[in-house]
Amino acid sequence: MLASLMERIPVMIMVTGALVGMAGTLVGSFLVLSGRSMLSDAISHSIILGIVVVWLLTGQQTGPIQTIGAAVTGLLTVFLTQALVRTRRMRNDAAIGLVFPVFFALGVLLLNVYARDVHIDEHTVLLGEIGFIWLDNITIAGYELPRSLVAMSAITLVNLLFVGVFYKELKLATFDPMLARALGFAPGVLSYGLLLLTSVTAVAAFDAVGVILFVAFVIVPPATAYLLTERLWLMLVIGCLVSVIASVTGYILANYWDVSIGGMMAVMTGVAFTLAFLLAPRHGLLPRWWRARRDAAHNRAAIDDSAEAKRPS
Amino acid sequence: MLTLFVDYTIAKVTIGAVLLGIISGVLGSFAVLRQQSLLGDTLSHAALPGVCIGFIIAGTREMASLMAGALATGILAALAVLVITRRSRLKTDAALGITLSVSFAIGVVLLTYIQGTGNASQGGLDSFLFGQAAAILRHDLWIMAGITFAALALVTALWKEFKLVVFDPSFAAAMGLPVVALETLLTVMIALAVIVGLQMVGVVLMASMVIAPATAARQWHERLGPMVVSAAAIGVTAGVVGALISAQGQGLATGPLIVLCAAVLVAISLLFAPRRGLVEEAVERWRGRRQLEDRQVLSTLYGLARRHQDPRFSAERGFVDAYYGVRTRKALEALHAQGLVDRFRAEPDEAEYWELTEAGVEEAERLLADIKGRRA
Repeated sequence: MLASLMERIPVMIMVTGALVGMAGTLVGSFLVLSGRSMLSDAISHSIILGIVVVWLLTGQQTGPIQTIGAAVTGLLTVFLTQALVRTRRMRNDAAIGLVFPVFFALGVLLLNVYARDVHIDEHTVLLGEIGFIWLDNITIAGYELPRSLVAMSAITLVNLLFVGVFYKELKLATFDPMLARALGFAPGVLSYGLLLLTSVTAVAAFDAVGVILFVAFVIVPPATAYLLTERLWLMLVIGCLVSVIASVTGYILANYWDVSIGGMMAVMTGVAFTLAFLLAPRHGLLPRWWRARRDAAHNRAAIDDSAEAKRPS
Repeated sequence: MLTLFVDYTIAKVTIGAVLLGIISGVLGSFAVLRQQSLLGDTLSHAALPGVCIGFIIAGTREMASLMAGALATGILAALAVLVITRRSRLKTDAALGITLSVSFAIGVVLLTYIQGTGNASQGGLDSFLFGQAAAILRHDLWIMAGITFAALALVTALWKEFKLVVFDPSFAAAMGLPVVALETLLTVMIALAVIVGLQMVGVVLMASMVIAPATAARQWHERLGPMVVSAAAIGVTAGVVGALISAQGQGLATGPLIVLCAAVLVAISLLFAPRRGLVEEAVERWRGRRQLEDRQVLSTLYGLARRHQDPRFSAERGFVDAYYGVRTRKALEALHAQGLVDRFRAEPDEAEYWELTEAGVEEAERLLADIKGRRA
């Protein structure tokens, strides 16, 4: 019994990591494409305040209502940032960088003050404890599953549903927001829906990977996929694949070196990105460099040929 | 004895906060004006792996090597952002996010690696996450002071060049200035500001120290020189107040307190700065709307008078209300105060009647001529 459980724990950890990446990719792709990647950073930092406040109010950290309550702070950050931009007193990037540190700072101070009552410490905030998710189990249909795994499965499904139902609208709003508005869609509502789901995903992933590593799971797989394809649906698929590969290899390497599992998974997304950046067939640095060299050689040869032809024999 | 210790700690913390406020305010001004506010966020998260590498190489928690490591990884991160934006189709935001999260992840991995090796002196490495001002040593202050003064000296020496690069890089290039070198220097100096802030606010919240003082200062000034000086002053104020509250020993982390103080100063600046303040803007807008209403009522009265071919035509207020669609009492009172209209009652009629005075007719004609002139 214990042996079979021990066998299952690594699988559960890897699946949870992959789910964080897949749920993140589903929303993150649209953030990357619309040039709003840093909003994921802002959102994930600020939900710490929501998590602590909800904990202090309800005494619970998990559950659908708690998750949505905590996610509100993520959305609030976006609202405040946009309100600051609308005053025309600062630029967008400065507004982002002003608002989320305040939320994060308030969250950390509350943790300091109520350290005895709250079981989350500053370490969990930053690193998560994906290696210990099996300590907190719930029973579903006779199976005992880690709460994080269940929560991440649920949110991945929700994100998948959202992207599936609004695929056309999201695509239009991302690539041509003006046309989307002209056609009578509400890109604003859609975008807030997307950001709310980003916040909810961040809250659900909090136990596993903490608030900062979460950014890696949201931004890096879509960015990697963006270098490999021209199609949106394929970008989502590749992003999910990158997440799976990163969490499996990350888990194995983390065990091998005895280091943070969440951290290593995030590092592996970075490795995947570096590989795509260097080797992607069309957009990669090396293939492009190689093509440029080949073209240059080709041109030189052509010039030589024509010079040859012109030379009187 | 205890008071001596407390005073010594407070003195150290205050000096550290002053240094941090100066360097982050001055260099943050350049970053914010160059629209590179979030670069500070990325560079500060990227300092974490540097601190760990510095620790692994030095084997102890020796500030100089930790700072050197942080500077090195900060510069590498800036380079990564540059390479990703220049050499791929990703935009700056994605480059910043990728670099920030992946380098922080590397930092986390290294941190757990160090904890795994069981090095006895590793305790306190994670104080760099949120800052722990009280743990600063006198020796560390000397390094922080050296970096701050070096940065200030560079900014003073290259003032004109930096100013040109910030406001008009293409003109600077046309003048023959080494724009790329100067921009690189500004970026490296942000990395310097980050390492000065390592112990005071920690890597996670350092972004705020780059952005907040500069944004607050921007509200008060239109010129770069005064703005930079004010940003330093605001940074120092936030740093000292936050650090002193933290040093009271309530177990509150320094970084968050400093950041909250800076945020309060930003809020005050946004609301109350002369000319750019939001409060002043709201008052102006309200006053403008009132004036417009007054003028509309005046020209309505004038129009009625002309229709009746009687310059002293007196209109009942309810009538003006019905014509104009809103309650006009306030507007009529304001016009009365300016001597443009007169009120009278025709007893026993309860209603209020209003008529234009000589000045009122003149003013209305002037207004209408003005509008016609503008239309022509």
